[in-house]
Amino acid sequence: MNFIDRFVSSWQKFRKPATYEDFDYAWTMSIDLDRCTGCSACVTACQAENNIPIVGKKELAKGREMQWIRIERYWEGEYPNAKLKFIPMLCQHCDAAPCETVCPVSATYHNQDGLNTQIYNRCIGTRSCAVYCPYEVRYFNYNDHHWDSPLEQQLNPDVTVREKGVMEKCTFCVQRIRQAKDHAKDDGRRRVREGDVQPACVQTCPTEALVFGDRKDANSKVSKSLNDPRAYHVLEDLNTSPSVVYLKKVDADA
Amino acid sequence: MRDKDRQLQFSDVNDDIVRSLVVTGKNYYIALVTAIFVTLACFFFPWFYQLNYGIGAAGMNHPNVWGTYLASFIFWIGLSHSGTLLSCVLHITNSGWRKAMYRSAEAMTLFSLMVAVTMVLVHVGRPWFIHWAAPYPNQMELWPNFRSPLMFDVMAITTYLTGSSIFIYMGSIPDFAAVRDRTTGWRHHLYVLLSLGWRGSDKEWHRLGVAYTFLAVLTIPLAVSVHSIVSWDFAASLVPGLHQTIFAPYFVVGAIYSGTAGIVTVMFVLRKYMNFEHYITKLHFDNLGKLLLALSLLWSYINILELFTGWYSGTSTEYEQLRYKLTGFYAPLYWEMILFCAVAPLLLISNKFRNSFVPMLILSIAINIGMYTERFLIIATTMSRQYLPETWRVYVPSLVEISILVGSIAMFVTLFLLFVKIVPSISIYEVKETMETPKSKKGDAEWQATR
Repeated sequence: MNFIDRFVSSWQKFRKPATYEDFDYAWTMSIDLDRCTGCSACVTACQAENNIPIVGKKELAKGREMQWIRIERYWEGEYPNAKLKFIPMLCQHCDAAPCETVCPVSATYHNQDGLNTQIYNRCIGTRSCAVYCPYEVRYFNYNDHHWDSPLEQQLNPDVTVREKGVMEKCTFCVQRIRQAKDHAKDDGRRRVREGDVQPACVQTCPTEALVFGDRKDANSKVSKSLNDPRAYHVLEDLNTSPSVVYLKKVDADA
Repeated sequence: MRDKDRQLQFSDVNDDIVRSLVVTGKNYYIALVTAIFVTLACFFFPWFYQLNYGIGAAGMNHPNVWGTYLASFIFWIGLSHSGTLLSCVLHITNSGWRKAMYRSAEAMTLFSLMVAVTMVLVHVGRPWFIHWAAPYPNQMELWPNFRSPLMFDVMAITTYLTGSSIFIYMGSIPDFAAVRDRTTGWRHHLYVLLSLGWRGSDKEWHRLGVAYTFLAVLTIPLAVSVHSIVSWDFAASLVPGLHQTIFAPYFVVGAIYSGTAGIVTVMFVLRKYMNFEHYITKLHFDNLGKLLLALSLLWSYINILELFTGWYSGTSTEYEQLRYKLTGFYAPLYWEMILFCAVAPLLLISNKFRNSFVPMLILSIAINIGMYTERFLIIATTMSRQYLPETWRVYVPSLVEISILVGSIAMFVTLFLLFVKIVPSISIYEVKETMETPKSKKGDAEWQATR
């Protein structure tokens, strides 16, 4: 292959559209709002799994909480007819992610599993990804965090502890996905099967409101939930094509 | 001292400007020491603290991840816009009044760009890795993200910085030579180096003229592109209130506006404290005033247009953004900005106002305060009202941020004070071009006789 052919072919590879069809996996989460009780178990599980620092009272008052998944609460109506609605919000792993285009050093990019990944040690902390993210799910390390002894003993060895000046966010527990892929390879299988891998939040959800799986597998639970009439994406009109699908809460009164 | 009313002569220009370099009063030293001290105490000390502690030293929080550091960055970039750009435009259009003021205006460009670059360092979370944003060959074969507007920024600003430093330096070469011939000691050696062996032959003048015009033509689109690209940092996002096509012209007009106001301030100070009354005259203030008036009207128009686009979009997020901007937490700042940048400049319609120095100074400072507010509001109002209402939160700058803002102004003043003692702050040779050819009655007759 001569130089020009090589150049053209790699250029075309580079120019691939943002909705990747030929990726190995397309990890997707579906969140059934009818099942969600807003118990915040997912928040806690995530905190434990991913070494997310507890920022403390002072920082919380300044509005610098760290929660890769959070329960958003919205009140509707006035007392006594007030209604509380909530929705778990986490990184949507958009296929056309605005955060990926803006990072000047490519610290956030789309990997071969369809995940929107964050490379902590490449991040220079311009925080532009957090501005570009319409879901506000990127969290910045405003200072170094520490775990009082003996709490540092419970840190997950599979996950980095991030330093100050670095952006972080939900990874769909990429360490678990990695492990599942390794096991699949050891077992001589080519692909990870449905149910082999679950992020911490999905694993812990008592009502099974959160379901995780591969969108490329037509028989997986998430693929079926995509066809559910209740299915929708948050801020769909922004065309970010998120990988998190929500199933609408059916309100008997409405 | 010569008689004040006497007509300026060529030798006077050399005298005056070399004197501004060589003769230094006590006030200058007091100003310089103060500026350096304030820079160290208000800029570098808090920055050092912030490097140790993390960006948490600033008042930013979860949705408001951008704050005054970025606002200052845009402000300083904006201030840099008028100097070189105006100088180039006026050079190409052959405007004589440019000649007395362009050198210090270009210096303003250069120094505010430098301060803007340091503001980027203050802004990012890990400034010790900032070089990763530049494309340089490395063993990891890692490149910056060429799709990122921030990456375009790095390119545009380095190009503009290079271009405008070459432009100011090239225009100063004949002046360095003139000063070289009039000074002794270390200054002489410095100017020997800086003047690159300039002799003043016809060939050299010709080359200089061609190259200077070429660079002027080159720099105009460059300057326009720089602030357009800075605006894309914002406009390329999805944030309501930022995601607008008007942003590039909006930023460019705002930049030239605040830059021109900055020139008025600098001209006033130079005129007053460097004794340049003969060079910087009412004519300059009058012309700059007309320019400011035109720019303020343009700026007001774009602001109205911005409100209109928000309203016309018909989306709840844009409505909320408008409501918040006009009546929300930051509304007093918004109306202050309108007062300083849209209403007050209407005074410039009056001839008398344009031709009086102190009111012009006050107005120019007011405009720049208003323009800083504008940059702050662009960030603060939009960041705190994004799509998900759960995350709405206001942002108030911390003491560290305010101190660093003050320190950055002091840094600019320091650089400028050093500049006026090293580079002739008024172009010697171009001022002479605007003056009448010297003639003595006798010499003239003799010269006529030889023809």
